[in-house]
Amino acid sequence: MIFLPVLPIIIPLAGAVLCMLARRNIAVQKGLALITSVFILLTSLAIFAQTKDGTIAVMNVGSWQAPYGITLAIDMLSSVMLLLVGVLSVGVSVYACFDLDVTRMKFGFFPLMLILLMGVNGAFVTGDLFNLYVWFEVLLTASFILLALGGERAQLAGSIKYVTLNLLSSALFLAGIGILYGMAGTLNLAELAHLVKDGARGDLLTMVAVMFMMAFGIKAGMFPLYFWLPASYPTPPAAVTALFSGLLTKVGVYSMIRMFTLVFDTDPAFLHGLILVGAGLTMVSGVLAAAAQYEMRKILAVHIVSQIGYIVMGLGLFTELALTGTIFYLIHVIIVKTNLFLIAGAVNRLKGSYDLHKLGGLYKEKPGLSILFIISAMSLAGVPPLSGFFAKFTLILAGLRTESWLIVATALGVSLLTLYSMTKIWAYAFWKPAAEPLPDLNPMPKSKWFIFLLPMIGFTVITIALGVFAGPVFDYAADAAAQLMNPQGYIDAVLGGGM
Amino acid sequence: MEVVLAIVIGVLYAGGVYLMMRRNLIQLIIGLGLLSHGANLLIFTAGGLRQGGAPILAEGEKAFATTPADPLPQALILTAIVISFAVTAFALVLFLRTYKTVGTDDVDDLKEMQK
Amino acid sequence: MTSIIFRTATRYMFPPLLVFSVYVLLRGHHYPGGGFVGGLFAGSAFALYALAFSVADARKVLRADPRDVTAVGLALALLSGIPPLFSKEAFLTGTWWTLPLPAGGTLDIGTPLFFDIGVYFVVLGVLLTLVFTLGEEE
Repeated sequence: MIFLPVLPIIIPLAGAVLCMLARRNIAVQKGLALITSVFILLTSLAIFAQTKDGTIAVMNVGSWQAPYGITLAIDMLSSVMLLLVGVLSVGVSVYACFDLDVTRMKFGFFPLMLILLMGVNGAFVTGDLFNLYVWFEVLLTASFILLALGGERAQLAGSIKYVTLNLLSSALFLAGIGILYGMAGTLNLAELAHLVKDGARGDLLTMVAVMFMMAFGIKAGMFPLYFWLPASYPTPPAAVTALFSGLLTKVGVYSMIRMFTLVFDTDPAFLHGLILVGAGLTMVSGVLAAAAQYEMRKILAVHIVSQIGYIVMGLGLFTELALTGTIFYLIHVIIVKTNLFLIAGAVNRLKGSYDLHKLGGLYKEKPGLSILFIISAMSLAGVPPLSGFFAKFTLILAGLRTESWLIVATALGVSLLTLYSMTKIWAYAFWKPAAEPLPDLNPMPKSKWFIFLLPMIGFTVITIALGVFAGPVFDYAADAAAQLMNPQGYIDAVLGGGM
Repeated sequence: MEVVLAIVIGVLYAGGVYLMMRRNLIQLIIGLGLLSHGANLLIFTAGGLRQGGAPILAEGEKAFATTPADPLPQALILTAIVISFAVTAFALVLFLRTYKTVGTDDVDDLKEMQK
Repeated sequence: MTSIIFRTATRYMFPPLLVFSVYVLLRGHHYPGGGFVGGLFAGSAFALYALAFSVADARKVLRADPRDVTAVGLALALLSGIPPLFSKEAFLTGTWWTLPLPAGGTLDIGTPLFFDIGVYFVVLGVLLTLVFTLGEEE
């Protein structure tokens, strides 16, 4: 299939257009969104099958040869990210069909969600820096509207922070692009990497790298630039938060990994050292902020920050094993985090509250939901044999191998505190009896409730499977990391022809 | 010419950052606008200031008679302008809605809404 | 804005603005112009109309909902990328067809034109969605 690399962009766009045309009919929109997400998943599976042996799928859009045109290039990291987007989009659209209020659906939730997915997929497949900027803006604009949709007071206040900081980050990104273009005369990632390897080094490059680090750091929610995240993420409905937590910050992390393995690998002692310091502080500040919270969504939101720390830690250590851990962690955290937000949404749907002081006794009432929660929560904390354990284990092993004792100690300590946060939610919301029993707000019949839970069951099964079949996943992540550490293959694939 | 533009860019950035740190929402938007103008001018300057014709070969020509201008920075800036146009328009609508819902355009008062 | 001069002037300026927007759209293939600028021209024509009369009147003149205009434009731009699939080339590769004209001579029509027309409608639709929404808030 000759169009394969561009399909992850075309399919959500087509779905969004159809949803926009079916604006007046919500039932049709739901159907279209579901069908589109299934197609996104199928496409990503096809791409995954094509690239899993290390082939890099390349397409020069409009047949303009690289480095002159816009190139799409999918390596193993991109393709696993696409696969995760596919899985997530199916789960979240099923959930949204049940959970979301009619007003938001009428206002265009589904087309916006699909545009957001288009932007995320675009960022994962592109091999051009300016194109990456454009996809960032596409997904940001969609996320702005999704975040503000509904217009409640807290939502609006959170949106302003989110919009302001993300626009600031875009301005930085743009300025970095400008300087880089002035230095290299190209924005094709492979060509840039090629030029950098041929000796276009120097202090200016390091400075530009730091600009990119800040720009992506804001988007990823890294210390000290994450304050927009806890302010805005807990405000919209669960489906939106789940989508954001699964994908948006991860696009920032992905871009950082891409840029700092492909282009800015010239001064690892300084640049990656800086990233490592950032990673440690991100972990600690995220998990400490969570300790003071007693609102389920807020705890989970600040935990996104500390998870970002783990992902970036692997990039900071900058060895093949560390990057393997990073990729494993990305796979694990996208699934688990989304699942936790969906479960929190389900709790809110049942009881009408996220407040740990008010909630209680959920285990007695809904043992199924509680088990789903505890499995995901333990996986997030890194309890064996779930996916989180192997991901953290790989990272810590990489830290020990490079003798970075401080970051290893930090990671282990933060892991314990994560366990504390998760058991706090468990003890307060699920285990202890409720202070005063909240009424059951859920009007769903049993069969419908089961379908509503299906996405969460699916994600939980994936978490367990990632732990049980950690071997193959680890091998895949290791291959992907090897590909990242040897960018020559990427450069050759893009510049040496393609289509 | 580069020096003049560099100063202009610096002034735009300084003004943008100053306005962003004010408490008023409208000044915040203007600040963001100035920042993106600064970034656009930066691309323009970094891409090389050169007087030249359009980089289109006439029929039958094999090479340019005079060195043409680099079209790429202009294309990048145009795209960035379009994007910031859309985003600014959205931000205006968002701020208007916030002002109408909350009744203030002071960023500090918005903090109360978070609780 | 109920000035009679403004209203009369708008009445006369509206049709030429639309015609000019199409001219700019078509000119864009070789010269400055194109779908984006054309769409802005057409959008400002409608915005002018909304200012001079009312948003409701402007909606009536447009006939379609601006959000539908956006969707149609996006669809058109997307579809213009598909034809190269059949000649096994990359997405969005320019594909051209030559049509004989009844009066003699030929007309070259290519996918970039349809892409540009798509952009024209997207810009028109988005601009009017914004202008109409803001205009109706008051």
